[in-house]
Amino acid sequence: MSDLRGRDTLLRYSTDVRTNHWLNAICFVLAALSGLALFHPALFWFSNLFGGGPWTRILHPFFGLFMLLLFLALSARVWGENHFAPADWQWLRQWRDVVGNREERLPEVGRYNAGQKLVFFVVVGCLLVLFLTGLTMWRSYFSLPAAIVRPASVLHAISALVLICTILVHIYAGFWVRGSMHAMLRGTVTPGWAWTHHRAWFRQITHASHPRTGSD
Amino acid sequence: MPLQSLDIIRRSATTSPSPEVRGAYTGTVAKLIDTTKCIGCKACQVACMEWNDLRDDVGTNFGSYQNPADLSDRSWTLMRFSEYEDPKGDLEWLIRKDGCMHCADPGCLKACPSPGAIVQYANGIVDFQEENCIGCGYCVTACPFDIPRISKRDHKAYKCTLCSDRVAVGMEPACIKACPTGALVFGTKEDMKEHAAERIEDLKSRGFEKAGLYDPPGVGGTHVMYVLHHADQPGLYAGLVADPHISAFVRLWKGRAKPLSLAIMAFTALAGFFHFVWVGRNEVDERDEEAARASLEGSRKPEMRT
Repeated sequence: MSDLRGRDTLLRYSTDVRTNHWLNAICFVLAALSGLALFHPALFWFSNLFGGGPWTRILHPFFGLFMLLLFLALSARVWGENHFAPADWQWLRQWRDVVGNREERLPEVGRYNAGQKLVFFVVVGCLLVLFLTGLTMWRSYFSLPAAIVRPASVLHAISALVLICTILVHIYAGFWVRGSMHAMLRGTVTPGWAWTHHRAWFRQITHASHPRTGSD
Repeated sequence: MPLQSLDIIRRSATTSPSPEVRGAYTGTVAKLIDTTKCIGCKACQVACMEWNDLRDDVGTNFGSYQNPADLSDRSWTLMRFSEYEDPKGDLEWLIRKDGCMHCADPGCLKACPSPGAIVQYANGIVDFQEENCIGCGYCVTACPFDIPRISKRDHKAYKCTLCSDRVAVGMEPACIKACPTGALVFGTKEDMKEHAAERIEDLKSRGFEKAGLYDPPGVGGTHVMYVLHHADQPGLYAGLVADPHISAFVRLWKGRAKPLSLAIMAFTALAGFFHFVWVGRNEVDERDEEAARASLEGSRKPEMRT
């Protein structure tokens, strides 16, 4: 349309989704810092952020629980957008082009790319493992045999490690792909952003049915 | 500062040395529990309550002389009663005083995430410093003997101290003082092993061929040892662990996993940073915006926000 200008924007994340995402992010930071304090003595000083060791021990499970509940609510909204399609596997196989910023060589991406889908499923999996194993370690309310708590503690640590590393990548990706951070903070992207990074989604929301043209 | 022990050889969640100028130059200490002399009178339990000012809740009778039913935050030692019918068909009443074994390689101390909540003294005593305890229960998870208990009232972990306060001033533990049969003796670990050897010889001469000392090497030996009539079957004594050691899960969790995990996290963060340094950000240029606009020109007005 002729009234479109460079500053015109597309809505990518609704207020609900953004609110949920950032509450999730806050819970993650709190749960990760308090968990790391209990995991490695070199990071025990993180417990000062929470009012000392006992308060860290008291609060950590609740941070985790809130994160799980929020993420389940988020999952319900975005689950359908995260199914893996053949193009996603192709996208993953071309990971060198992904990290090399050679996006034009990649298959067209819908609302979420394969990396985002992977983050989604890793977070779902890790949170479920963290929840179940965390319950066994929650001595204020549960008392299970050591034969269960010991392997559960190892699994809890491993899934926390996977989750933290995944989120580190997720945070960096938000900085790396310029415009993503703004999209999650204020909800909008430019048409060019959607065209470049999520062309299939761009076509879908702009009802463009004709084949691609121009730069590619 | 008064009342410092100055003989701390290991301190939980701490890598720098603790005050350890004092050593155990006359030898480490040990309590020897001779199950073959024990009559199950529970004087040791009472002495423990008295010296440590502990009063557990009154429990219920579960059909055994064992009372209370289990160790707790306020019952740091407990006579466990087992009825065993030997191959000859005779009933043997095996009574084992249960409590912290004061391992030379303590799983509780390895697992504890709170600096200084668990310490090991030069004399071998493993002691909880409850003011540093955060109540996480990792010591309970890691203990090969299932000894520590978390209090439901203050959420601190408690267990036998081997009367570290008494031993520090040259006295023997309260339970030793109270034992009427000499089943409990206390001294240097060397002396206790010698005493045990004499007892075992005597027991063997009286038909207990499998009599022996319980000083399990899997945890580096213990500073509480048992003389058992059936040292080949420790499990007969209310499930005493035959070969206790710190679980492989706990060794992984509170061992290699710690530095490895931090390294992996640091690597991930650095990978991101250097990706930015080497490759830089993925940005949309004006041609992409033009192409998007061109595409939009030919389509209906999309869901827009200005």
